[in-house]
Amino acid sequence: MSATAVHSLWTTAATAAGPISKIETPKIEYGQLSPTLIVVGAAIIGVLVEAFVPRKSRYYAQLFVSAVALVAAFAAVIALAAGGYGTTKAHIAAMGAIAVDGPSLFLQGTILLTALVGLFTFAERRLDPQAHGNRVDSFAAQAASVPGSDSEKAAVKAGFTTTEVFPLLLFAVSGMLVFPSANDLLTLFVALEVFSLPLYLLCALARRKRLMSQEAAVKYFLLGAFASAFTLFGIALLYGYAGSMSYATIAQVVDGRVTSVDPALAGTMGNDALLLVGVALLAMGLLFKVGAVPFHMWTPDVYQGAPTPVTGFMAAATKVAAFGALLRLLYVVLPGLRWDWRPVMWGVAIITMLGGAIVAITQTDIKRLLAYSSIAHAGFILAGVIATTPDGVSSVLFYLGAYSFVTIGAFAVVTLVRDAGGEATHLSKWAGLGRRSPLVAAVFAVFLLAFAGIPLTSGFAGKFAVFRAAAEGGAAPLVVVGVISSAIAAFFYIRVIVLMFFSEPKPEGPTVAVPSPLTMTAIAVGVAVTLVLGVAPQYFLDLASQAGVFVR
Amino acid sequence: MSFPLLTATAALPAVGAIATAAVPAARRNAAKALALLVSLATLALAIVVLVRFDPGGDRYQLTESHAWIKEFGVRYELGVDGIGVALIALTALLIPFIVLAGWHDADPLETGSRRWRPTQGFFALILAVEAMVILSFEATDVFLFYVFFEAMLIPMYFLIGGFGDRAHEHGEAAASTQRSYAAVKFLLYNLVGGLIMLAAVIGLYVVAGNFSLQEIVQARANGSLHMATSTERWLFLGFFFAFAVKAPLWPLHTWLPNAMGEATTPVAVLITAVVDKVGTFAMLRYCLQLFPEASKWATPAILVLALISIIYGALLAVGQRDIKRLVAYASISHFGFIILGIFAMTSQGQSGATLYMVNHGISTAALMLVAGFLISRRGSRLIADYGGVQKVAPVLAGTFLIGGLATLSLPGLAPFVSEFLVLVGTFARYPVIGIIATFGIVLAALYTLVLYQRTMTGPVKAEVEAMPDLRARELLVVAPLIVLLIFLGVYPKPVTDIVNPAVKQTLSDVQKKDPQPEVEAAK
Repeated sequence: MSATAVHSLWTTAATAAGPISKIETPKIEYGQLSPTLIVVGAAIIGVLVEAFVPRKSRYYAQLFVSAVALVAAFAAVIALAAGGYGTTKAHIAAMGAIAVDGPSLFLQGTILLTALVGLFTFAERRLDPQAHGNRVDSFAAQAASVPGSDSEKAAVKAGFTTTEVFPLLLFAVSGMLVFPSANDLLTLFVALEVFSLPLYLLCALARRKRLMSQEAAVKYFLLGAFASAFTLFGIALLYGYAGSMSYATIAQVVDGRVTSVDPALAGTMGNDALLLVGVALLAMGLLFKVGAVPFHMWTPDVYQGAPTPVTGFMAAATKVAAFGALLRLLYVVLPGLRWDWRPVMWGVAIITMLGGAIVAITQTDIKRLLAYSSIAHAGFILAGVIATTPDGVSSVLFYLGAYSFVTIGAFAVVTLVRDAGGEATHLSKWAGLGRRSPLVAAVFAVFLLAFAGIPLTSGFAGKFAVFRAAAEGGAAPLVVVGVISSAIAAFFYIRVIVLMFFSEPKPEGPTVAVPSPLTMTAIAVGVAVTLVLGVAPQYFLDLASQAGVFVR
Repeated sequence: MSFPLLTATAALPAVGAIATAAVPAARRNAAKALALLVSLATLALAIVVLVRFDPGGDRYQLTESHAWIKEFGVRYELGVDGIGVALIALTALLIPFIVLAGWHDADPLETGSRRWRPTQGFFALILAVEAMVILSFEATDVFLFYVFFEAMLIPMYFLIGGFGDRAHEHGEAAASTQRSYAAVKFLLYNLVGGLIMLAAVIGLYVVAGNFSLQEIVQARANGSLHMATSTERWLFLGFFFAFAVKAPLWPLHTWLPNAMGEATTPVAVLITAVVDKVGTFAMLRYCLQLFPEASKWATPAILVLALISIIYGALLAVGQRDIKRLVAYASISHFGFIILGIFAMTSQGQSGATLYMVNHGISTAALMLVAGFLISRRGSRLIADYGGVQKVAPVLAGTFLIGGLATLSLPGLAPFVSEFLVLVGTFARYPVIGIIATFGIVLAALYTLVLYQRTMTGPVKAEVEAMPDLRARELLVVAPLIVLLIFLGVYPKPVTDIVNPAVKQTLSDVQKKDPQPEVEAAK
């Protein structure tokens, strides 16, 4: 069934032309959707585990189900890519709702691997001292209990753990898998909500500093709800303009290739005001998720308040998914409108790069610092998005892959540095860490150097790729601004290194917890990817450039 | 395929760095011995490179070429010309002395955990810097060069910030603060320079479509690659800015006195004698060859800046109270001479500049290392704290004098030849600038001799009375350097023979001919 057929589906009633029997049974390509389906299935199994498995064995059951699901889904992505669905057999599946193509598969693979590494940090239970003989993780004993109340104490004493985080993680991942591959606006919106809602919940679940965590969740939820509302309004306006939800049809209407006006929408179709306002609102929603200035206000508070494993996962995977969706929107739906959106995106990219880098200088909390750094990085990625060339797509894909592993590794290191109040995130407490735990400090320094884009790390390869694409795409001034903000950003990354290595350790400073193999794996994967993509990025650049073509 | 000699020369110290870092915490001396051994083996390889290099042969020799990042059009391309060979030899020569001179500089104080291993780190970082410096002299791919040009900042940064002189007039806490200030200043200056160069590197790629130095130079020569004048100038400025920070050229020099003052003496030598040479080397190789027209366009301004560096550096050196900072400002003055020689665009000037890079490396190393031995004995960097040392430690004073005389370019010592060539080369084209630059030599005599007079002669100060003379290890560091200074001062031909053909080539790329001597027509 073609995309135009879907379009007519929506308007059958209005035209009242054909009899009802013309509606065909939907044809769903289950094989090609298997990565998403596996993750959703596992999430539902996870909910059942919560209901039926005894409390004692839930943790292991959940960890097992989640890990198996993520690995299986990744294997499915690889199988699809090997089967040529990323290149020659790329097409639009599920009746026009989902695009199975190179960017989809590349981003899905990245999200799944990030989620797997993130899962390891979620499952870490050795960092906090045991409470009443029970191992505890980063999450509240019982989400429903009021912080500091008797019921919370009872929950801690009974050794409750919030194993719901695992199915929540899986639901979020499933939404993220659909988000960059959504090929009509409704699917896009549903995916947005599916991955956002679990994240709002996860943000509120910190075991330590719960009030801050709940505050972060409320802020994220309120602002996120606004952003969703804008997105939905934008979608409605775009439907009014094009008479269709399908990306392909909207693109054709934008290009002026479809001129037939749907009688039901005769008053609005082809009205450029609707198009421009709709696109602006929709882009606003996506830029909110990306964390671009001026839609970044939530980022520092949420990054700081959320449990650190959640922050790491969110910072990495949300960015991947949201940039994927933004790329598809701009490259598939709106290439005909690029003379309108490019100047705006230029402005957003410039203030995002500079804003993130400049505000980060004044930060004194490591999580807030990384939050502003993630804003600056969003700006660098936007520079690649603006290129509007195939190189632009592949450079953004590569950057996202490189960036997400650095991010998740960096936040995993943050979970290790602890004092009596939990994680010691204030920068002053990191003084002299290099003397006390040279290895942890050295690993964190590697991540910081990668963020700063020093050669021989993945950050440099990524930065070079997006800047080159931007320069070739005629955005040389953006490259200059990018280079300047890289220099500014280098300043605060280096400040942390100075603090760790060249400052005297404080006597009452934090200790570095010895993690279980789970977190160690997460950090080791981060370091390995950072160095491999820095020294020998060829294979992954190839992969990204093969995957850089959208199906239309 | 032949043995990848150039790769091996760089890989050996890189592997050595990892091995040194991996030595267990308790086996400090094993780490030191390993580092020394590796640096000596690297010197042996560098000598093989020197012998295998044929000055009359191809432009780039011992070349290696492998695909690296196809996506970016980057190749792993190595090759050396005469200038590169001379500087690789200089680097490989100086590192063993630096290691030997820093033998006790990183012995741990009783702080930190069992896993804190400063000694291993110190020597591993020195070897890592050596590997990256050698690679940046060998690379003939602009991107490859950039990677190491930029990456070497990180180990340098840790060397400056992490290790300092034991004694400090204001106590350890103040020393630590000043040290990290110096390290951050070093890194930020060079990183900003490097990032601006990154923009230019990307710009070059957009214009030229690849990064191969030889291909771009060829394409420009035969006209198949056209660059708009303004584009060429912007790209030139992007490259030049980074190299001018590194070199360092006035007014981008201010990081050097801080870095050299706060770092331990061997690290200060590493900065000025080895790492900074990458900046001047790159001006000669990349600025002139890739952007000949823009180089000619910028020459007047650069010559003036170089002149200011010469005079300003020398004047500030005269006014210094701190021995290490004095040598730092003297180096700024000398880098001014090197840059003057490069942009005079004459064969004497550029030969002189290249020779100057080598000689300045050796002479500064000699002077600075002896100064370091002096400072470690008294625990102070201030000139005023010394006096009459020559009566107590005659050998130390004598070697210090020779190092100093080399710095002021006394005839018979190596730097004289190069300084003379630079001045002759400059005078041939720009007589006024040549004349003003000569005042730099006068000032050099002033700051060197005043330094010697104040520290070594006069009545013996009470704190200096018990000062021991140079030990065997220290003598082993200084003596070969002094022998070299005298040898190259009397007989510079081995170096000039290697350097000259490469310089001629570079000049022909810029399409500049030496000015012909004007002879008045006989009537």
